[in-house]
Amino acid sequence: MNAKETPQLPGPERFVEEVKQFLGDKVSATIPYPGEVHLEISKDDFPRLAVRMDRNWQFVLLQLLANDERESKGAFVLYYTFAQNQEKFVVVAATPVGRDSPVFTSLTPYIPAAHWYEREIRDLFGLQPKGHPDLRRVALHKDWPKNLYPMRRDFKLQTKVPRTEGQFSFKNVEGDGVMQIPVGPIHAGIIEPGHFRFSAVGENIIHVEARLFYTHRGMEKLAEGQTPEQGLLTAERICGACSLSHASSYCMALEKLSCTVIPERAQYIRTVALEMERLYNHVGDVGNICAGIGFAFGTMHGGRLKEDLFRLNEELFGSRFLRGINTPGGVRRDISLEKEKRLWNSLRVLERDFRDFVEILLNTESFLDRVIGTGILQQEIASDLHAVGPAARASGIDLDARRDQPYAAYGQISFKVPVYQEGDVLARVKVRIDEVFQSMEIIRQALEGMPKGDLKVPLQPIGAYSYALGITESARGENVHFVMGGPEGGIFRHMIRSASYCNWPIVPSTIPGNIVPDFPVINKSFELCYSCLDR
Amino acid sequence: MLRLFKKSWQAGTVTTAYPKKREVPPNGFRGLPEWAQARCTRCGKCAVNCPTQAIELETSGAYWSVTAKKCIFCGYCEDACEHKAISLGSAYELAELGVGRPEGFYNKSVHIRHLDSGSCNGCEWEMVNLTGPVYDLQRLGFDFVASPKHADLLMVTGPVTRNLEKAVRKTFEAVPAPKLVVAVGTCACSGGICGRSYASSGGVDNILPVNAYIPGCPPRPQALIHGLLKAVGRQ
Repeated sequence: MNAKETPQLPGPERFVEEVKQFLGDKVSATIPYPGEVHLEISKDDFPRLAVRMDRNWQFVLLQLLANDERESKGAFVLYYTFAQNQEKFVVVAATPVGRDSPVFTSLTPYIPAAHWYEREIRDLFGLQPKGHPDLRRVALHKDWPKNLYPMRRDFKLQTKVPRTEGQFSFKNVEGDGVMQIPVGPIHAGIIEPGHFRFSAVGENIIHVEARLFYTHRGMEKLAEGQTPEQGLLTAERICGACSLSHASSYCMALEKLSCTVIPERAQYIRTVALEMERLYNHVGDVGNICAGIGFAFGTMHGGRLKEDLFRLNEELFGSRFLRGINTPGGVRRDISLEKEKRLWNSLRVLERDFRDFVEILLNTESFLDRVIGTGILQQEIASDLHAVGPAARASGIDLDARRDQPYAAYGQISFKVPVYQEGDVLARVKVRIDEVFQSMEIIRQALEGMPKGDLKVPLQPIGAYSYALGITESARGENVHFVMGGPEGGIFRHMIRSASYCNWPIVPSTIPGNIVPDFPVINKSFELCYSCLDR
Repeated sequence: MLRLFKKSWQAGTVTTAYPKKREVPPNGFRGLPEWAQARCTRCGKCAVNCPTQAIELETSGAYWSVTAKKCIFCGYCEDACEHKAISLGSAYELAELGVGRPEGFYNKSVHIRHLDSGSCNGCEWEMVNLTGPVYDLQRLGFDFVASPKHADLLMVTGPVTRNLEKAVRKTFEAVPAPKLVVAVGTCACSGGICGRSYASSGGVDNILPVNAYIPGCPPRPQALIHGLLKAVGRQ
């Protein structure tokens, strides 16, 4: 496992050869779609391959999910997705876990990014990750009965589940003067619900733990058996502020799965709309971070610019949250010449206005005083736990799915990925500011390069039990969707790994050493969705 | 300091005149579906394709009707109709009243507490916009407060998930009477896309008495203002 070799970065074909050399006939490998390798391997052989991929071939763990395939394959199957970002391809390794012995080796001690996935699999499927350092519940709450697993196929969506007495133990810090501050799930502002448990001495925070999954709506269970079109509506409503990114990931997975080639124009329209989503998020977030420190000037101007973008979205696409644009097989909305002109003009005005606004912001001492050195995310933690999006890029991790796993029209567009090293709130603000200007540039390039043509093609049939991934970069980081077709052409399994899923466990690591009043601004600087995580 | 002042001066007044002046949404807006009886062949495809059973067909009477509280404005009914008898209209002021307003409710100065019961965050973003410079809810005698104990009105988003049911009940109890509950967004009004399941109770009125419903997915800020005024009896 710890063999020291010079790192080599194989492309998909070389990777398949190397894996075969490493494991012989214990592994079967195919490349069903460009840039996506599928492996089948036993659960006993997999851990050493995973460690090799992580240490020697510089893969990162992108997603891990379980699937109940007892009827078709007689076993549960775990799907581990790894990405090779330099060579721009992903690997999905399928490992069956027998129904008689629902135990698998935990990867967490070797690859810490696996920690929440494994706990969630234990909660929802009842499979035990052997060797996992923290076996408390994560997705289910304490009043959920034992031995009842909602993502197993024999658990029906409408099941009435009784409430039981249960315990959840927080990791508390003890000692002289240490007090516990419980906050939530219902918060003081207009925000989503979650519970935070602070251990603090005076105002100084020593430890914080988050208890989430309050907004769990059973979205993945809902998707089971839905048609591709019905599933789209579910995907669009996983999250309000990343609605389009989720819908795009879902559609891209289905298009890959059914070998549907969507029209070029649709790719470009998706690109424009995805950047519009990033724009309203980033502009709004910069303003919202000011709300976290009581800087009303920033909050109000951020709010004003965000509203301009919402109205622009509504004019262009009929929906302030960009819903109803995508469909499996293309897009439902066109951008007319008149709208294109409107967009060009609006961007020009917005760019000047926003530049002016952030120049003031970055030269205001009272703002800088609160954000410099606040809530530092260490690069090592970010890399170990696979931080994504602006949070990762503000901590020196050069990662962006638009460039690393190109989709829509991003392959034809040139743009910069801003990276900062400091890892504090200010760095996260700066990443967003730089990205706003990049987004505008991307939209302009996409409008200039947009070909004429159709908007959509019919989605081809989906093979039973075949699967594919769709990856997009939302304003918060990569959204990875795993979609498997069912025996009757519908959806068999839809797993949603949002950017917030990766970044939530990281937030508590940035809090100790800060004071309680800094928590809101640190939390806002990550700007994570609860609903994206809880589903 | 001068630059701050100059910037705000340049931005000028951005506050909307709504509700004094009604705002018409742009072309292509995804509002409540409308039915053109003359074109309808009564094939029923619109109702079959509706993901939330918002469209009802009756053999007698008007034949076609849509329940705003169930509609998620996806436009699948419009797409399904080969005869263009259905189109997404521009109606967005869709608020409906529920159980009666309690006696003695003072409606000129209303303090609101937001309560997320499992929303997708869309309704929250629109509610935050209400506090911004464009909609500036305070000019209409409403304000958001931090504690349910200071509130007169609860704006509840989301379908009430299993994991939030207890918190929802406790928050409601903490609001002093007389109080109002407004269900915001289609999930809160009827369960919406989440429906009723092991994780969702299928709408706020299955848990709390609801005085007004504001449908929308999510409702635009103007629809929220309209709904609030209606809920307190000022519209």
